[in-house]
Amino acid sequence: MTYKGSAHKFGDNVNTDDIIAAKYLNTTNRCELASRCMEHIDKDFAKKVKPGDIIVSGRNFGCGSSREHAPIAIKAAGVSCVIAESFARIFARNSINIGLPIAESKEAAQRIRKGDLVRVDTKTGIIRNLTREESYRFEKYPPFMQRIIRAGGLIESLRRRVKRGKEGSRRGDKGKEG
Amino acid sequence: MGYTITEKILLKHTGLKSIRPGEFIDAKIDLCLGNDITAPFAIEEFEKLGVKKVFDRKKVVLVPDHFAPAKDMKSANQCKVLADFARKYNIKNYFEVGRMGIEHALLPEMGLVLPGDLVIGADSHTCTYGALGAFSTGIGSTDLAAAMAAGECWLKVPESMKFVFFGKLNKWVGGKDLILHLIGDIGVDGARYMAMEFCGETIENLPMDDRLTMCNMAIEAGAKNGIIAPDKVTLRYVKGIKNKPRPGIGKYYSSDKDASFAAVKEYDAKKIFPLVACPSLPSNVKPVKALKDVPLDQVVIGSCTNGRISDLEIAARVLRGKKVSAGVRLIVIPATQKIYLEAVKMGLARIFVEAGGVFSTPTCGPCLGGHMGILAEGERAIATTNRNFVGRMGHPNSEVYLSNPAVAAASAVKGRIAHPDEVL
Repeated sequence: MTYKGSAHKFGDNVNTDDIIAAKYLNTTNRCELASRCMEHIDKDFAKKVKPGDIIVSGRNFGCGSSREHAPIAIKAAGVSCVIAESFARIFARNSINIGLPIAESKEAAQRIRKGDLVRVDTKTGIIRNLTREESYRFEKYPPFMQRIIRAGGLIESLRRRVKRGKEGSRRGDKGKEG
Repeated sequence: MGYTITEKILLKHTGLKSIRPGEFIDAKIDLCLGNDITAPFAIEEFEKLGVKKVFDRKKVVLVPDHFAPAKDMKSANQCKVLADFARKYNIKNYFEVGRMGIEHALLPEMGLVLPGDLVIGADSHTCTYGALGAFSTGIGSTDLAAAMAAGECWLKVPESMKFVFFGKLNKWVGGKDLILHLIGDIGVDGARYMAMEFCGETIENLPMDDRLTMCNMAIEAGAKNGIIAPDKVTLRYVKGIKNKPRPGIGKYYSSDKDASFAAVKEYDAKKIFPLVACPSLPSNVKPVKALKDVPLDQVVIGSCTNGRISDLEIAARVLRGKKVSAGVRLIVIPATQKIYLEAVKMGLARIFVEAGGVFSTPTCGPCLGGHMGILAEGERAIATTNRNFVGRMGHPNSEVYLSNPAVAAASAVKGRIAHPDEVL
């Protein structure tokens, strides 16, 4: 899959309260959550962001709480992919589980500037900066996660498994988060 | 090569003969947990699966604690989603207001978690139960939905880091200061994806409440879980639980001598004094004595980190016969109904109220800027909670400092961040 859009830049340790403040967690309405996305650190983010845009951030993106509202708000706001130098564990697994693509690349996080047009290819593991004509590599998802993403998220993947009986053991996969 | 305690517990919950860090596993769970913020999403997803029942009605725990007692109509609807689900699927461990508490104080207290268990919870502070020698970690709502249906969770076996504490604790120093010191040292992503194992003579002598505080904040260093090998303190704690829902005392694992650790860190407890984490990261740690003129508007004593009976006892010891400084709001929140009642019986509630503070029903409330003490623009609080991110307790231009209960109580008396020695 490829994702293309303009970059929105954020710093290190963007936490889940920054992404969606707890006071807005009394709903599961995705549009409502999207309208408050990033409010604490960029008040107008929800108004500015265009479908397909890409978030580019520093270290430990999504640290803090386990609220799935965080990747949901980002996805519902129209963001197609998040690039960061590194991701906090629960945010990363929530993103995989709900089908929000994430890409870990220090080089991309450092080189991409605000407003750059960026294309992420999850199949090749290459991020292309179309504005600066540069490319950066990121580690592709391990096969285990690719299965979840291919199925369209954890719930769909589980539904398929329930249908056809359980697969064998998952030994041998090595990779990123969990 | 031997195994760490974390690896042993994970291995025990798979059908595999061996495991290694970095490997993905499907682990059988002993318990899964959701609250009024995370469970509604999980329930939506669960219903999509089309299964007729949860995997085990005794192993699903639902606790409305974050915005409960419901702070507004939307929160009331979220709480109702939990109550309705519990009724529909005959969930045994649904805890209604009046019989509940903050989840991470409630579950150990009820005996729902035992040593050797594998617990997942849709709340990042689920790592608290590592204090009992269990593997427990925070996951998301979709994970919870899958776990409620299948009784399993996908996990990556984490590498382990060992944190050895030696020496006696200084006066007014507790588990909170040890963990703040550690996070100050390694940073908020210093243990990202790792298992943090706490050990050494200081930990062996540490009471269970302090151990729970330490493991609770493992997530603030980015860790997957915090864990302390169960010992005599654990056994005494587990045996002391009345009317346990499960028989037995759990399984007592410990790390092998030749287990592999990604890093080993040592800390001399004698060099650790009462600490404060300044805005806006838990790693921004300074000694209380280095902060002289930080005036306060609010003091919060409570939360899954420091809302247990020993925390309230320490705070009451500082506040006994004293008055909360004019212009400061002191909000004391016992973490569970049981702790609430104990605090009443012991006369602690009276001390807080006579000092000019409020004594609240259990709730996560102000810790996450939910209710029961939201900060206005420009206001500043010290809290015994776990996070001090921008706007965590209210307005984006408000500030939160984190400390132990003794420092928080002394600060309430002085109206500024203060050391307990300044009050007693």
